[in-house]
Amino acid sequence: MTPPWWRNRRVVPWLVQAVVGLLVLLLIAFLLGNLIRNLTAAGLLLSWRWLQQPAGFDISESVIPFNAQLPYWRALAAGLVNTIRAVLVGLVGATLLGTLVGMASFSHNGLLRRLARVYVEVVRNIPLLLQLVFWYFVVFLTLPNGLAAIQLPGVVLAKSGLYIAGFGEGLRWMGPTLVNGVWQAPLRLSVEFGALLTGLIVYSGAFIAEVVRGGIAAVPKGQWEAASSLGLGWFATLRRIVLPQSLRVIVPGLNTQYISLAKNSSLAVAVGYTDLYSVAETTLNQTGRAVEVILVLLAAYLTLDLLISALMNGLNHLVQIRER
Amino acid sequence: MNSQLRRLRAELFATPADTALSLALITLLGLGAFGFLRWALTQAQWAVVKVNSTLFAVGRYPIEQQWRLWLLTALLVAASGATWGLLRAHPRPDRTGVLWPRNDRLAVGLLALIAMAVPWALGLTLAIQSRWWGLLLLLVLCRWLAGRFGPGLSPTGRRLAALVWPVLYLVGMVLISGGLGLVTVSPSEWGGLMLTLLASSFAILLCFPIGVLLALGRRSELPLLRWGSVLYIEFIRGAPLITLLFLGQNILGFLLPGGLAPERVWRAAWVLTFFAAAYLAEAVRSGLAAVPRGQLEAARSLGLSYPKALQHVVLPQALRVALPAMVGQFISLLQDTTLLSLIGLLELLGTARTVMANPAFLGRNGEVYLTLALLFWGCCAALGLGSRALERRLDPHAVPSAT
Repeated sequence: MTPPWWRNRRVVPWLVQAVVGLLVLLLIAFLLGNLIRNLTAAGLLLSWRWLQQPAGFDISESVIPFNAQLPYWRALAAGLVNTIRAVLVGLVGATLLGTLVGMASFSHNGLLRRLARVYVEVVRNIPLLLQLVFWYFVVFLTLPNGLAAIQLPGVVLAKSGLYIAGFGEGLRWMGPTLVNGVWQAPLRLSVEFGALLTGLIVYSGAFIAEVVRGGIAAVPKGQWEAASSLGLGWFATLRRIVLPQSLRVIVPGLNTQYISLAKNSSLAVAVGYTDLYSVAETTLNQTGRAVEVILVLLAAYLTLDLLISALMNGLNHLVQIRER
Repeated sequence: MNSQLRRLRAELFATPADTALSLALITLLGLGAFGFLRWALTQAQWAVVKVNSTLFAVGRYPIEQQWRLWLLTALLVAASGATWGLLRAHPRPDRTGVLWPRNDRLAVGLLALIAMAVPWALGLTLAIQSRWWGLLLLLVLCRWLAGRFGPGLSPTGRRLAALVWPVLYLVGMVLISGGLGLVTVSPSEWGGLMLTLLASSFAILLCFPIGVLLALGRRSELPLLRWGSVLYIEFIRGAPLITLLFLGQNILGFLLPGGLAPERVWRAAWVLTFFAAAYLAEAVRSGLAAVPRGQLEAARSLGLSYPKALQHVVLPQALRVALPAMVGQFISLLQDTTLLSLIGLLELLGTARTVMANPAFLGRNGEVYLTLALLFWGCCAALGLGSRALERRLDPHAVPSAT
């Protein structure tokens, strides 16, 4: 006896799919139809010509030269480069901090071990945005200026920015100098950039520390004991024996954390650093081009994620144990 | 005493290098603590928090309507106390089913977990003065009552007790927004911690079913469902939340017929929900992957239909495995609500920004942000602790306690 067609094993799955697919298509058609109708009514039908118009706003710090006369697409590009700059420096800093803290949680020193735990527990339970505004408004904006600024060899940290020694005009080595009460140095980083970086590094560092801790914990205890019986010290064991083996556990976790960091950099807008999101927001307010702006934003962040993911997957391929 | 001293020595001063490190850390910690205490006790002006405590708790909610929030807080405290008492009265769930304890207990546990943080935080800020003691008394009383009479409840009674939470949620929505004879308070007047908790609890409750469906879709054998789910999950996970909130605020109006777009607060809450669902789906998927294939096959061969097999055999096991990751997502969601301040909504952080813009409180960032940090830390740590407790309750391999 064959079951009726609506209970047939070969028919039902396709029926379900067809119904769901049709519903989704109908929904999309409904939304797109509204979008086109509403955009036409508002006179904002999809167009990219506005990208060529002068932006009319300035970007306080930009790696690529920018001024208010340049078109919108240059502004968005400058924002993107600023985002990439923050992400790159953030990745390096967070990896260093996270690795150190992850290693510290295996230290013989009880105090250091507990401090590592406390750092992770505190940082993970406080929203990143809160941490960012804390670094910016409470720490960086209350720094002293002028002579009272924090001066270290080659580096000066003041309310007006972070000044770093480097090669000045004519390739002459120049340290930060005070000229008429204003610090000057070959390399100046704004406090906005500083606050964003500090926040991203401290926040992601805690998550990376957990990834590293998990990776180290996954290495069999015998490896530690064997290395120790060979006469290797704690640090040498970690660096030469344990960390290399833990990499294949760590790298996939790092991938997730790196992508989070890249996405989290969009919170820069809260501390006044002109990243891609911040420029896009200004652009939208001036042009009203909501749909185009959001498309640019989504495309940029998705590409950034894919790039990081592809690089980390390549790295993952390298660190996996090769079996014959 | 002697052994403790010896342990301390072994932990901190075993080698000269360790000693140096310990001394350096102790000096640094001491200096930091000293500096912080000096600031907190002599320079900080905590009045900014005290004066604005109502603002931080409920934003610009009309004063003459605030009794409704008090009533809700009291109801939540009472329900929390009762849940707590019931859970204490049944330290371990029944083992009537090998795979899963009675569903009623899970409902109680999960919902209590979400709701625990609510009355505590709301009560803490709202009731800095005398009412705090009243709420504490109510909590203890309800806990005692539930512990006294809870064990005598029939299974049906217990299932009804679990229903208290969803019902309370609906009652809370009415109390907050009005209707049914109460004066309407528009969402644009909601703010502070109340808005933070409303947005996060709304998203937590709704992202759960959506996330589970997406996870099932991603593992489905039907290609259209699978690819649809994958596309959705990966797209949402690839975009920063702030761009999605931006999309919700600026584009939703264009996507829906004129006048149908919900209020700004609700738009943000829905974006949070759909955002969290994609992340939750991944947590559930890892749980589903941990359930051996044979479980589904065995259930099917017993004659259960696919939905029934999922409901009674596969999902219970998968969700138990995925629980820590899911609570982790809920904690991030609570933290992510701070982003609403960037699109101009006055949740906790947004309220803080308005307070700081007041010339009377200029330069009081440290006090305000530290208070907020403490509040968030407390809520998130409480959720984490609750999750660990629930995990222990649901662990099928745990030794039953002697009761």
